[in-house]
Amino acid sequence: MKKAKTFRPTAFAFPYVGVTIVFVIVPLILVLIYSLIGEDGSFTFNNFIDVFSNPENVNQLFKTVGIAALSTAICLVIAYPVAYILASSPFNKIAILSLLFIIPMWINFMLRIFALKSMLQMIGIGQSYGAAVIGMVYDFFPYMLLPIYTVLSNMDKSYNEASLDLGANGVKTFLKVTLPLSLPGIISGISMMFMPIFSSYSITMAMGDMNTSVIGAKIATLFEQDSYGYGSALSFVLLVIVIAVMLIGSALSGKTSKPIKGGKKDE
Amino acid sequence: MDTEEKIIELIGVEKSFGDKPVVKNLSLYIRKGEFVTLLGPSGCGKTTVLRMIAGFETPTKGRILIGGEDITAIPPYRRPVNTVFQKYALFPHLNVFNNIAFGLKLKKIPASEKNGKTIYRHFTKEEIAEKVNRALKMVDLEDYGYRNVNSLSGGQQQRIAIARALVCEPKVLLLDEPLGALDLKMRKEMQIELKRMHRELGITFIYVTHDQEEALTMSDTVVVINDGQIQQIDTPKEIYDEPKNAFVANFIGESNILSGTMLKDRLVKFLGVSLPCMDGGFHKNEQVDIVIRPEDIAISVGGEGQFKGEVISSVFKGTYYEMIVLADSYEFTVQNTSNFNLGTKVVLGVSPSSIHIMRKIRTINSFVGEVEDEETVWLCGGSFKFNNADETLEKGDEVIVKVPFDAVEILDDENDGVIGAKVKQSVYKGTYYQVQLRTDRGEDFLVDTPYEWNINDRVGINLIPEKIIVEKIDDAENEPITDSEAD
Repeated sequence: MKKAKTFRPTAFAFPYVGVTIVFVIVPLILVLIYSLIGEDGSFTFNNFIDVFSNPENVNQLFKTVGIAALSTAICLVIAYPVAYILASSPFNKIAILSLLFIIPMWINFMLRIFALKSMLQMIGIGQSYGAAVIGMVYDFFPYMLLPIYTVLSNMDKSYNEASLDLGANGVKTFLKVTLPLSLPGIISGISMMFMPIFSSYSITMAMGDMNTSVIGAKIATLFEQDSYGYGSALSFVLLVIVIAVMLIGSALSGKTSKPIKGGKKDE
Repeated sequence: MDTEEKIIELIGVEKSFGDKPVVKNLSLYIRKGEFVTLLGPSGCGKTTVLRMIAGFETPTKGRILIGGEDITAIPPYRRPVNTVFQKYALFPHLNVFNNIAFGLKLKKIPASEKNGKTIYRHFTKEEIAEKVNRALKMVDLEDYGYRNVNSLSGGQQQRIAIARALVCEPKVLLLDEPLGALDLKMRKEMQIELKRMHRELGITFIYVTHDQEEALTMSDTVVVINDGQIQQIDTPKEIYDEPKNAFVANFIGESNILSGTMLKDRLVKFLGVSLPCMDGGFHKNEQVDIVIRPEDIAISVGGEGQFKGEVISSVFKGTYYEMIVLADSYEFTVQNTSNFNLGTKVVLGVSPSSIHIMRKIRTINSFVGEVEDEETVWLCGGSFKFNNADETLEKGDEVIVKVPFDAVEILDDENDGVIGAKVKQSVYKGTYYQVQLRTDRGEDFLVDTPYEWNINDRVGINLIPEKIIVEKIDDAENEPITDSEAD
């Protein structure tokens, strides 16, 4: 048979690849180049040395990790039960989901944050570390809820029934079956929340006080002050940390679908 | 044999989902060590019965006993039964070993006694490993403990699911269409293997299937269920040879179903011929259904027989020929190892022992209705014309409306009928089909029709005014009005 020239579906990816190269890959390379150029225009590692030799940077890095981890943890603790109730109840879930969690996302997030800020001030909570965490939790809640809800509502009911049938009560069934099977949703919720919080600074600037300043804010300031080299080095370090966290996350979620050791023949 | 012990007993169990009844007043007991099959078409309620025994559904009414103990309100995790699920439901996050060990790790066994109190303990790691390996050996998958369950074939997953349930040593093993997802060859293998396990372990098996062949080959007892009700409980042989009604006969195997009249004990008349039979205990001239299995009919050219006919089709089925013989306008299905060519004039012989007489489920449809005006009567959610020529009935009269099977017109388009209904079942009776129609309000019409109607199709119902019988209910008898009841 003659080979006919056919349209391959991979062609649909080309525009996306183009956009990615121009707007993601190239800027990243520029950041790397800037970070390796000193003030006099020569190649140097000084920017990186400056980043790590300044204890304030390390301090802020820890603070950033702290605020991201704390907000993500609070969000997870609130979102999981909500997702669980929604997924296992006979309510009109789509209506509740969209009304409470999706439609608010249509409003610009800064507007929502300023509204939240005013409301918190009304009940006596001013700009503080706590307020910044509340802002993060408020803004990123849907990103945590939706992946967990999706996993839970798509979970085959017969797993639960099999567990009950084999003698596990409700609590044990949750711990031994439901929770481990929903791990992929939890991990994608965490990565959808932890990463953006890590680099975002507008919420902390609006809600937090002097104590709450995060590394993202510092990078912004550095770029505003034309310290391109130093700023680039700092954001490159940030990028490496984010990639590391993502790799750990995907390794963890990949593990759940891989065979688990145990029950070896020589037992 | 001490098999008389009842291990499971269902007493007047009913189950409705919303206002839709799925299981209706079902009573049943199962003896210890039995292999019992719940058999019925899909949607008949058989799986719901199994799920109530397992504890996943609570009966709306009635009680369930296991070993004499009422377990109706006991949650599934405290019942001495284990289930093999239709789609296996193996935990994807655990390997084969841990799937099977799941129940064992939770189980507590009496260890010692202290001050008259029993102390319970869990199985040790060694005990669990030993039991799991023994279970794996039983299902022929000894070296598979470390494997990921998703890497197994359907048949292997099924074996693991069986091992996982059996390793807990349940009193009763529940199997919900466990072979439904396997191909034919694998099914046959697993059928034999399940039978072997049942024999070796002596555990009671309750097996749910819609496959009548599977039910007949595997079970000690078959429970035929239709429409949430038990139609017949018997051994496979009795079910096949002596079906209780036309539904069972039609559902189990190929059969010729005819209408006839019982002239007296051991004499039945159908297709204009009086024939001796083995059944008795019917009223004189009672309308009955007659079942004759295709392989029980003797076919010959010029031999002895009661019916003369002509072969109108013949199909080779591997070990026999299945022929349709038109005799007296009835199409007999006949199976024989020798072939008779199309158009051959043949004689069909039926021996008394191969005629099975069944009581008719219903001989006429009857409903309570109300007269609307001189010409129409309200019943089953619609108003139908009726013959009220002598005007004995008046508006508002409560009446019994009797609708003979041939007084119903079935219409293709639901909107053309006075009321709509769904086709529930259709039984071919040689010259016509007997169709059961279920209205949206739950009333059943049995209808004789020359056409085949597809099950679950929606149709319209019209009644032929001249053929329906409307009788007044005597008010005085039914509603004694006294002062005390006035409020």
